[in-house]
Order: sequence, then C-alpha cells, then structure tokens
Amino acid sequence: MSTLTLTQAINAGLRRAMDDDPKVVLLGEDIGTLGGVFRVTDGLMKDFGSHRVIDTPLAESAIIGTAVGLAYKGFRPVCEIQFDGFIYPGFDQIVSQVAKLHMRTHGQVRMPLTIRVPFGGGIGSPEHHSESPEAYFVHTSGLRVVSASNPQDAYTLLRQAIASDDPVLFFEPKRRYHSKGDVDLDADLALAPAMGAARVVSSGTDVTLVTYGPLVATALDAARAAADDGISVEVIDLRSLSPIDYGPLEESVRRTGRLVITHEASETLGLGAEIAAAMTERCFNYLEAAPVRITGFDIPYPPSKLEKHHLPDLDRMLDGVDRALGRPNSLTGLEG
Amino acid sequence: MLDTSANTGSPTDSVIHQLITATGTRVPDEVLAPFAAGVDNEQLLKLYQDMVVIRRIDFEATALQRQGQLALWPPMLGQEAAQIGSVRALVAEDFIFPTYRENGVAYCRGANLTGIMSTWRGSANTGWDPHEINMATPQIIIGAQTLHATGYAMGLTMEGKESLAIAYLGDGATSQGDVHEAMVFAASFQAPVIFFCQNNHWAISEPVGLQAHVPLAGRAPGYGIPSLRVDGNDVLAVLAATQWAAARARSGGGPSFIEAVTYRMGPHTTADDPTRYRETSELEEWRGKDPIARVRALLTNNGTLDAGAEAEVAAKADAVAAELRAGCIGMPDPEPMTLFDNVYTGEHAILDRQRDHYSRYLGGFAGAPAGNSSAEGKLS
Repeated sequence: MSTLTLTQAINAGLRRAMDDDPKVVLLGEDIGTLGGVFRVTDGLMKDFGSHRVIDTPLAESAIIGTAVGLAYKGFRPVCEIQFDGFIYPGFDQIVSQVAKLHMRTHGQVRMPLTIRVPFGGGIGSPEHHSESPEAYFVHTSGLRVVSASNPQDAYTLLRQAIASDDPVLFFEPKRRYHSKGDVDLDADLALAPAMGAARVVSSGTDVTLVTYGPLVATALDAARAAADDGISVEVIDLRSLSPIDYGPLEESVRRTGRLVITHEASETLGLGAEIAAAMTERCFNYLEAAPVRITGFDIPYPPSKLEKHHLPDLDRMLDGVDRALGRPNSLTGLEG
Repeated sequence: MLDTSANTGSPTDSVIHQLITATGTRVPDEVLAPFAAGVDNEQLLKLYQDMVVIRRIDFEATALQRQGQLALWPPMLGQEAAQIGSVRALVAEDFIFPTYRENGVAYCRGANLTGIMSTWRGSANTGWDPHEINMATPQIIIGAQTLHATGYAMGLTMEGKESLAIAYLGDGATSQGDVHEAMVFAASFQAPVIFFCQNNHWAISEPVGLQAHVPLAGRAPGYGIPSLRVDGNDVLAVLAATQWAAARARSGGGPSFIEAVTYRMGPHTTADDPTRYRETSELEEWRGKDPIARVRALLTNNGTLDAGAEAEVAAKADAVAAELRAGCIGMPDPEPMTLFDNVYTGEHAILDRQRDHYSRYLGGFAGAPAGNSSAEGKLS
C-alpha cells in the first residue's frame, strides 16, 4: 500500500498504463513540460518522451479529433481537457465521432479513448473552471462515464478506462485532488471491482444518499452529522455514471425506502433526475417518500464568492435527508 | 492609404516593423511611418504615462492577489506597449473584444478600477457594461471572441457604419478553430475587423513554436487578410500598425491582422510557476527590450520627460494604485440571492421556484447561533 494524493494516484495510473501498453499516448495542453496545470502528468514526459506525452497546441477539438485518428491507427489515446469548461470546443468530436464510430462501422472500428476532465467547483476559480458537464456525456449513447472520489478508485478506474475498448469520459473531482488515501499499486486489475460498479461507502438503514465524485466526502460528513441526530444514512458512491449500477441502489432503497441524490451539476436533467426516475420505476413499491434531489441550481456557474451557496453542502444534504424522512425541513408548508 | 500589396505577410516574412528601438532610438519604417506621423512628443508622453499607470495596476493587483484580496490575476507585465498602443489608436465607437489579459485596455476604455477587480476577486463575472464603454467582457474561452468581433463588424457593414471591431487574441489562440473560422468569415464578408494578436511567446507553458512553424502574421494572408508584424514592445509601432488596420477597416478595406511580438514577463496567472518551463536567460533578454524603459530613454533624451513630468506620471500612478486598493479591499461580497439574477430576461418557473426555496432555506438559519451555519461558512 502507498499513501497517495488523488493527483498522484492518477499519475501512477497513467504511468502503469503506459508501462503496460506502448500504444497508450497522452495528449493535452501543458501536460508535458509543465506536468499539467494540476501536476497530474508530472514527470511523465521526462520518463516516456515527448512522442508519448504530447503537449498539444491550444485546440480541444483537435485534441479529441486527432485522438480519433490515433485510435484508427491502433493507439490508445488519453486526452486531458484542462478544465471542465474548456471541453465544449471538443464536444462535436466527442458526440458526433467518438461516441458513434463503433456503431457506425458495425463494430469494426473501436475508439478506446480516455478523456480526462478535472471537474466541479469549490476552488475559487473564475468562469469556465468549475463546471459539472457530466450529464451531457451520460446523455450521449456510446460513451462510458466514470468519476472517482478517492485515490484508490482513481488509480483503478483510470486503468480500467484506458483498458476499455469503449471511449470513457473520466471526471476527476479537482477540489479533492489533494485528498490522500491508501492505494494498492500492484492490485490485479482482473480482481478489482468492475469499472461500472457502484459502492456502498457507508452503511445505514434510514435513508439512501447517492452521489459521486467531489460530493462523496461531503455526503460522508453529512452521514456522520445525521448519526448524531440518530438518523442512519447509507452513502453510495456511483463511481460509474454511464452505465449506472442500479443493483446496490435498489438493494439499499428496498431497505431504507428513502432516496436522496446529490450532485454539483444543475438539477434539471442532471443525474439526479435520471436516478429518481429509474429508481421510481424499479422500487416504486418500496419507496416511502418521493426521491429528493439536492443539486446545484439551474444557473450558469456563479462567481466564486457565491459558489458556496450554489454547491450542495452538508446542511443542504441534511435538509434533503429531512425531506425524505418527512421531518421538518426547508420546504415544510410549501409542498402540498 | 497605404498600399497593402507589399504587406500581405508572406508566411516566411519575419520582418518585425519598429519605430523605437529597445534603447530608445527612433528608427525609420516606411510601412509604419505614415501612420505615426501625427504623434508628437507630448502624445508620446501620454502613451508613456498610460504604460506606467497600467504597469502599476498590474503590480498592485498582483500584490492584492498575494494578500488574498483577489482570487487570481493574469499579469500583463511586459505587454504594456501592445495594450496601450492598440487601444489608443481606437476611437470610442470602435468595439473591443478582449481576452482576460486586456485589463490595461479596459482601464483606458474607462472601465472602473473596482469593476475590473471584481471579476478577479470572484465577486462578479463582469466589471463593466459592455455597451457603455464599447468593450466586451474578458473572454476566458481561448479565441471565442474573434468570432464575436467578426460578427459585430459584419453588423457594422450591414448598417453602413464607418466603424470597426477589434479582437484581442494571443499566440495560443491562433491554434483554435474559432480563430480560423473568424478569419474565414471576416474575409468572406470583408468585415471591418482587426485581429490584434499579442504574441507573448507563451501559452501557459507552451512556447509559440508549438503553435506555429511560421510567424503568426503569416497565417492571415492565407485567408486573404493582409497582416503586419510589429515590435509589440514598441508603443509607437503598435499604435501605427493599429492605425493602419483601422484605416483599412474604416475605408471598406476589410479585415487586417496584426502580430505584436511581445513577451509575457510574468506568470500566465498568479497560479502559474514559469520557472518550471522557461529559462531565466530568456526573461533577461526580454528585460532588455522593456516597453516602458525605451520610451523613458527617448523622452528623457529629447527633453520631454523632465523631473516635473516624471513626478506627474508617478503621482498619477500613485493615485490609480490607491483607488484600486481601496476599491478592492472595500468591495462587499455579493448577496447570496443574486445567484439567481439575470439567468433569463424574465420569469422562469423552475428557476423561480429554486430561488424561493433557497431564500426560505437561508431564512431557516436566521435564528441559528452564529457560526452554526455552514451555508455561510467554508465548503465542506
């Protein structure tokens, strides 16, 4: 076991994948000499060379589009998009090409791209540096989407993403980049939980609280705070956003009867909407209350002085738990 | 008007037009000279003062970021001549589409200092009314503003106006598809737009040689857009080049491209560490080409900048610095409920419901003991 930060774990995952497969190449802005603006790729250009760790000109569409060509040629490209809000110039290539090529070619052309995206807020950044665009990609058939919440998952999920013959959007919770955890660098990938598997990270019996990425740590804090009030919250880390592994959610909600979903992304058509709908279909007879969503508001990401109001925090999650339990809450008296 | 046929910027033409050398000597340049002819020593002194003032703004803002008063700051150190020479060639009706680094341009356009700082403090996305000062807000998405400038210029043509739009962009931006599409549209519709490219040699850690194997000014002629490559640390050369492009735009000559060759003396932003990717010897080389020092030398040598004038310039810089500091430090945080403002021009049932709910939620903390509300505290 090694104790690593989340960035170090991703770095280790990239390093391992490049050691294992000479066809793995990295593309991105400032990923080489600088080692990435978050230092995720620190040292990789030095160790693997500038032909495998490629500082690209500033063009996200070209980063993704040339990765498509590299994949045609048999490479396994890992693209870094510097910040969440910079991905949109590459959106056309992702949606129109990366996601569709396998089906378009009757399965003859595979697109084993991994697209790494630091995402989410909470770091006091200017506009376009704190967004949560994951729902766009979950909505796009042909893409797999994952998000790690801790160093071990980051290491394992990244290796699985790179090994996947499907394109994978890999969302990194940038405000947790410096959080530390134990990582088993030598673990056999074949024995690891499947890339799509959700995980119960804290067991409970009263309410099921589902989240992913940066808010897993906040949800665990909320569960501890709820325990002080005698409320037992089960926290589930989705890990995979496409596909969503509903098994652990169903198993949990059949016991708790109450479901809260929380994410930084806006509410309307966010992951919470899909999960609430799917869980209502799957567990209608077990639900004691309507599923509750605690999310960012339906606004463009606000100036950083206001982000603490936009992002779900411990108190808003607990308010959601109260709503699910029918306890007094911020909506009491408003909802008929 | 200048015959532009000789200046269509062959891709391999690396001539850098200049009017003031690094040591402060006036030199002839037949391309630029007609467009600098009207600039006398008093006007050059004003340009000098502008540069001194915006360098002071830059120093103060950098210090305020270090003190925690600003969340971030993108220094313009070294690029004062490029910013001042270009903006001072424009008239008030000309519309500017800047990047995030044109804070000196914004100041010269009359943007309020506190407003400029509000964006970098994290208090507001915008520190000025674009329609009031004819300047769009700082663009962070690299190159996007070149399309906006082109569209604005197309609108000027449609309305028969003799005005122009100018897009500021950097060397890194020239790799973005948006910039190339902007040049295609600008040429197709002969839009009165100036692409003002500050080649400051670095896109965060990436040297300009990664973006282009030819001088950036050489890109434009391929689209049918005449270009000029000028010493971006020479305020007079930049002013003249911008006048050249402006004259073309105002007389129906269509788009122009200027490459102002300069150098980013500071980090990309205060979050960046350039020691990781560039040699200090390069910095020293460019320190010798300082845009302010050369004008100081020229104006001192010709007697324009005497002790009295220098004291006036210093006093102006001091006053601006004091105003900036006071405005920044005294800036109140935005009210929480402003989160929901201006998403739409009118009502929106879903968002209105979220606003009402959050207002009610915050109200629930009103009676709570102080410090008990993480909604008012740090993010967990």
